[in-house]
Amino acid sequence: MGFKLSREAFDAVLQSWTDDYVLFAPKRFEQGGIYSDTDCIRYGQVQAVDEIVFDSKSLYSFKEALLPVSETLFFFTEETVKEADPPKKGAIIFLRSCDLHGLKRLDEIYLRNGPEDAYYRRLRDRVQFVLMGCPHSFENCFCVSMGTNQATDYAISVDVEGDGFLVDCKSEAWAERITPRAEAELDVTPRHVTENAVTVNIPETLTIQVASSRIWDEYDNRCIDCGRCNFVCPTCTCFTMQDLFYTENGRVGERRRIWASCMVDGFTDVAGGGSYRKKNGERMRFKVLHKVYDFKVRTGSHMCVGCGRCDDVCPEYISFSNSVNKLDQAMKEVSGR
Amino acid sequence: MDINTKKLKKNAFRVTKVRGMTASRIRVPGGHLDARYLGKIQEIAERFGNGTIHITSRQGFEIPGIPYEKMAEVNALLQPLIEGLDINQSEPGTGYPASGTRNITACIGNRVCPYACYDTTAFARRIEKAVFPNDLHFKIALTGCPNDCMKVRMHDFGIMGMTEPQFEPQRCVSCEACIDVCAKKSVTALKAVKYRPQRNEEKCIGCGECVLNCPNMAWTRSKEKYYRLTLMGRTGKKNPRLGEDFIKWGDEASIIKIILNTYDYVEKYIDRNAPGGKEHIGYIVDRTGFEEFKGWALKDVNLPAKARVFTPLYWQGIKY
Repeated sequence: MGFKLSREAFDAVLQSWTDDYVLFAPKRFEQGGIYSDTDCIRYGQVQAVDEIVFDSKSLYSFKEALLPVSETLFFFTEETVKEADPPKKGAIIFLRSCDLHGLKRLDEIYLRNGPEDAYYRRLRDRVQFVLMGCPHSFENCFCVSMGTNQATDYAISVDVEGDGFLVDCKSEAWAERITPRAEAELDVTPRHVTENAVTVNIPETLTIQVASSRIWDEYDNRCIDCGRCNFVCPTCTCFTMQDLFYTENGRVGERRRIWASCMVDGFTDVAGGGSYRKKNGERMRFKVLHKVYDFKVRTGSHMCVGCGRCDDVCPEYISFSNSVNKLDQAMKEVSGR
Repeated sequence: MDINTKKLKKNAFRVTKVRGMTASRIRVPGGHLDARYLGKIQEIAERFGNGTIHITSRQGFEIPGIPYEKMAEVNALLQPLIEGLDINQSEPGTGYPASGTRNITACIGNRVCPYACYDTTAFARRIEKAVFPNDLHFKIALTGCPNDCMKVRMHDFGIMGMTEPQFEPQRCVSCEACIDVCAKKSVTALKAVKYRPQRNEEKCIGCGECVLNCPNMAWTRSKEKYYRLTLMGRTGKKNPRLGEDFIKWGDEASIIKIILNTYDYVEKYIDRNAPGGKEHIGYIVDRTGFEEFKGWALKDVNLPAKARVFTPLYWQGIKY
């Protein structure tokens, strides 16, 4: 069911949800960029529709709403353990088509990859998704190549239309709140792009043999193993555990999980002093092949959703999409051996 | 030929070693200008000079080989530049007024450089508006961050950009990139305490390396801009020395007020018999004592609560 809504009316719909939900959307952090006098667009809690940034891609993805960067799992003291309370409210998350496909990857990892993750599940069950239409492609986007340029699993979609919004509603609960406020009812299809300036080609013939190609070597020096590409990625899901003991009393504390990155030092360290991937090229190889090879072998779809944030954020201008586009040549190189 | 050399110096010309020939000195406050002005400079050099231009050590241009009698014509051609660079001028068409206070120089700042904590050229221009024209010998320089590419510690007033890093623990991934970079490139003001960086506020110099190197924006810049003010550095024959820290976490308004106050102080205490009426401020401070200077400098200055004033100050440097 489609609607045309004024900005005020759409805001009123959002406000009507705020007793039960917090709103999580791309917003402008003024003076919040890493360089002085620059802003940053990334996800944060918003109070009103005016705070939501519709005309830029966020530097980081929506995933921090479902997978907090730092999440306390439980508190302990002596014989007692208490699970950390979930947030008081659910969340309404504004996100684009690529990210909504990213959500499927998160679900795959946390809900279907062995036993369900209870901490993810309890957040996931209380989230509604608002699809933000894409009137055009942004820099470094390659969603069309990844088949993630259109999404349908949303509660509502929203597209900026003049001073107001076009909304497609798939949820009865939303429709009840929208209908009395709408200017008009009409058919709405969320805007989506059908081509990107960047395309990627993942060879059909790709095998794990490609791991021995020399294409990875250039990243030994180019990459600075900062991990930004992982942290901005909507489909990177790795975490590490920290047991924190409070003050001098070593018997009280908490266990929390923290985002981890396969590009950052220490990720592959194991007991006894071993470390599997020491060179940055090896880490790049692992990441790239995880995104466009082995995840698909296991689950049937590529992990990468083509949002291009890894390319947007890399301080060394390393392009993930370009590294994927070298795979064809790399396969020729290794099959000739 | 009858030339008043005292007057021409105050009009930004120079007595050169070539008899009959002067050089025009063009100040560019903050060291940044629209490219179109280079055409004007070229025109003067080719029409009135010897066709060459010297890029000066204080971010200006010096056009040599100009006959003294052409000074008025050169001044007329300089007018669009003087207006474009927003130079305080007493009378239009008369060239640069005064040359005692030197061009206020700046590193490229945050218009280009990732490290810079502020727009150095814009701040330089605001100081320019506050202090010029002025015949007293003041050297002021601005640099975007504690790397001090502008070498502001060799100036009477050195202004170094600072940011106060803001830490959001919930965004920290414990990668320790900030701790590593602070130890390797800065002052080791960070250490890991329970998986997360703890900042030694006393030690931190506000360089922003932690912000630049944090991969998850757990560190961000303060909205407020802060500055370190260093004092009385100098080059020269007698006792060259580096400027000492006077204020850390200072603000723009206070710095401008301190500079203006120092002009009053110098008017009061300068040696009127100094050669050319010119005396480095530092030598005056050496004479009156730092406490006297400080009293004048901080008059009616309202520093932010965060500001730290270092006192008393002692300078080292080379003594002969």
